[in-house]
Amino acid sequence: MEPPLIEFRNVSRIYGEGEAEVRALDGVDLIIRRGEFVAIMGPSGSGKSTTMNIIGCLDRPTSGACLFEGTDVGGLSGDALALLRRHYLGFVFQGFNLLARTTAQENVELPLIYKGLPAAERARAAKLALARVGLEGREGHDPSQLSGGQQQRVAIARALAGNPTVILADEPTGNLDSHRSHEILTLLQQLNRDEGITIVMVTHEADIAAYARRLVVFTDGRITRDEATTPVGGATTPADGAATPAEAVS
Amino acid sequence: MILEAVRLALRSILRNKLRSFLTILGVVIGVGAVIAMVTVGQGSSQQVSQSVSGLGSDMLVLRPGQRGFGPQTSGGNRRFNLRDADALSELREARLVAPVTSSSVTAVYGNTNASTQVTGSNEAFLEVAGWTLADGRNMTAAEARGGAAYCILGDTVRQKLFGGGDAIGEQIRVKQISCQVIGLLQAKGASSFGNDQDDLIIMPIRLVQRRLNGDGDVNSIQIALASGVTTTEGIAAVQDLMRDRRRIGLGQEDNFNVSDMREVADMLNSVNSVLSGMLSSVAAVSLLVGGIGIMNIMLVSVTERTREIGIRLAIGATSGQVLTQFLVEAVVLSLLGGVVGIGVGLALAWGAGIFMAIPFAPDPLVVLMAFGFSAVVGVVFGYFPARRAARLDPIEALRHQ
Repeated sequence: MEPPLIEFRNVSRIYGEGEAEVRALDGVDLIIRRGEFVAIMGPSGSGKSTTMNIIGCLDRPTSGACLFEGTDVGGLSGDALALLRRHYLGFVFQGFNLLARTTAQENVELPLIYKGLPAAERARAAKLALARVGLEGREGHDPSQLSGGQQQRVAIARALAGNPTVILADEPTGNLDSHRSHEILTLLQQLNRDEGITIVMVTHEADIAAYARRLVVFTDGRITRDEATTPVGGATTPADGAATPAEAVS
Repeated sequence: MILEAVRLALRSILRNKLRSFLTILGVVIGVGAVIAMVTVGQGSSQQVSQSVSGLGSDMLVLRPGQRGFGPQTSGGNRRFNLRDADALSELREARLVAPVTSSSVTAVYGNTNASTQVTGSNEAFLEVAGWTLADGRNMTAAEARGGAAYCILGDTVRQKLFGGGDAIGEQIRVKQISCQVIGLLQAKGASSFGNDQDDLIIMPIRLVQRRLNGDGDVNSIQIALASGVTTTEGIAAVQDLMRDRRRIGLGQEDNFNVSDMREVADMLNSVNSVLSGMLSSVAAVSLLVGGIGIMNIMLVSVTERTREIGIRLAIGATSGQVLTQFLVEAVVLSLLGGVVGIGVGLALAWGAGIFMAIPFAPDPLVVLMAFGFSAVVGVVFGYFPARRAARLDPIEALRHQ
């Protein structure tokens, strides 16, 4: 049987030592398969961000194993992790994290530079990715010239450009109003459904998590809930934006 | 990847022009100073060898006293006289002999006056000392011997006394004697030591001896060797003759010395190179300071761009690539400083060359070395900040505000 895309086996992550020891994750088992759209929820300090960092190969478990397609990433070197991020993962952050004074297109090209693509090919791929998130014609704009929603789209385009297996979205709508949030979440749903990209999204808002097809809730470093959900929003009718998230949940 | 990194570095340098300029200023000044020093130094040593070869390497100078600056034995400073010069000109090895005596004077023409140096010599002096006439004529042998009241003016004296006016044929007063200007010298400019070579009047030696100095002494004798005679042979011949004439017994030290121009040139050049070496090392210190400036700004830049580094690491840059990026940026900055510095240094040397009347002698090797050195400065001082950037924890970096 094909191994799951991501598998946590009894993963603990402990910060500090002795008295100051903080158990951010405490023996977590989790399996995420290809094509899932998982929302990870929990109050701050529950371990959801740590989980995200470990999935994103930015952090390593203190004990236990995190397997990416059956490979334990805990044993990989820093450079190997960088390559893994480069070829399989795409990040979308709450604060967008675009390079300032750098055009949308250049931002999207950034991961492709590290992939070693020639300039012409990069430009083509970046334009395509921007088109996929509905930003045709904005290639030359600086982040400062774009709205929050547009900036987040650029960030998604940047994640997409690298052709990732997984997109990791850390509070992707935390800085956006509900209308823009809906647009972004619908876009993520669309990518998940139409292109089969696995999406793992961290949020602390239930109405945001409701866009996913699976909900994992963390409390004090442990998983306290893990269930399939029926996604709301534009999952069935992606483009119309009929229901805002707030209405959908209430 | 490197090409990409250079492009990236250039972009980030251009993004903050003022700061980049201030950053490279240290390197610009350092490289500029080194280049200027070395180029001026080489120009002046080139000038020395030019003026020496103008005199001919077959030139000997005979002076009284022992060589060096040590204590002189008794009678060591006995002067020469014109009979010595005559005897020297009998030598097969000597082509031209110019006895020289000098005196400090004030020259007067109308109501202008100039204090200057009179050089008393004979008709051979102009050729031996490498002067050419701009106008008029040289003195004749008979005029030199007879002490005719004629004079030849250096360019500085001519300008002081006559300005733009015609000097040939005019009578000027030199101390108490009146003499007629028969020739004007072509300007030579400043010597390697910066003194004005054109500030002189040349007169027949007998006139200077009798009327100005009131003696029959000759300070030094300049000798141009006949063709085919080596300096060693020439020096030996002059020494033999002078020991004989001065009745120096076997085993006794010479009470005169003979030097050739090559020696003089060597001395000038060694003084030159010591000076420019010293100045260059001072300039090199400023290059070091420039490097520290680059390190400082790169450290600031790493802190400022922590978030950017976090983003790059998250989207798949290896720490090696981040290291390369910052290292390349430091090197590009430093090279930029080097290039600007080379330009500034060459311009300074060129300007100084005009001002000090020495040739402009840029050395491609030195330019290349300065370029290489600024690259080294970039690598050395860029490495530490770059390593700091590469070692950032991506999670921390992304959280950085």
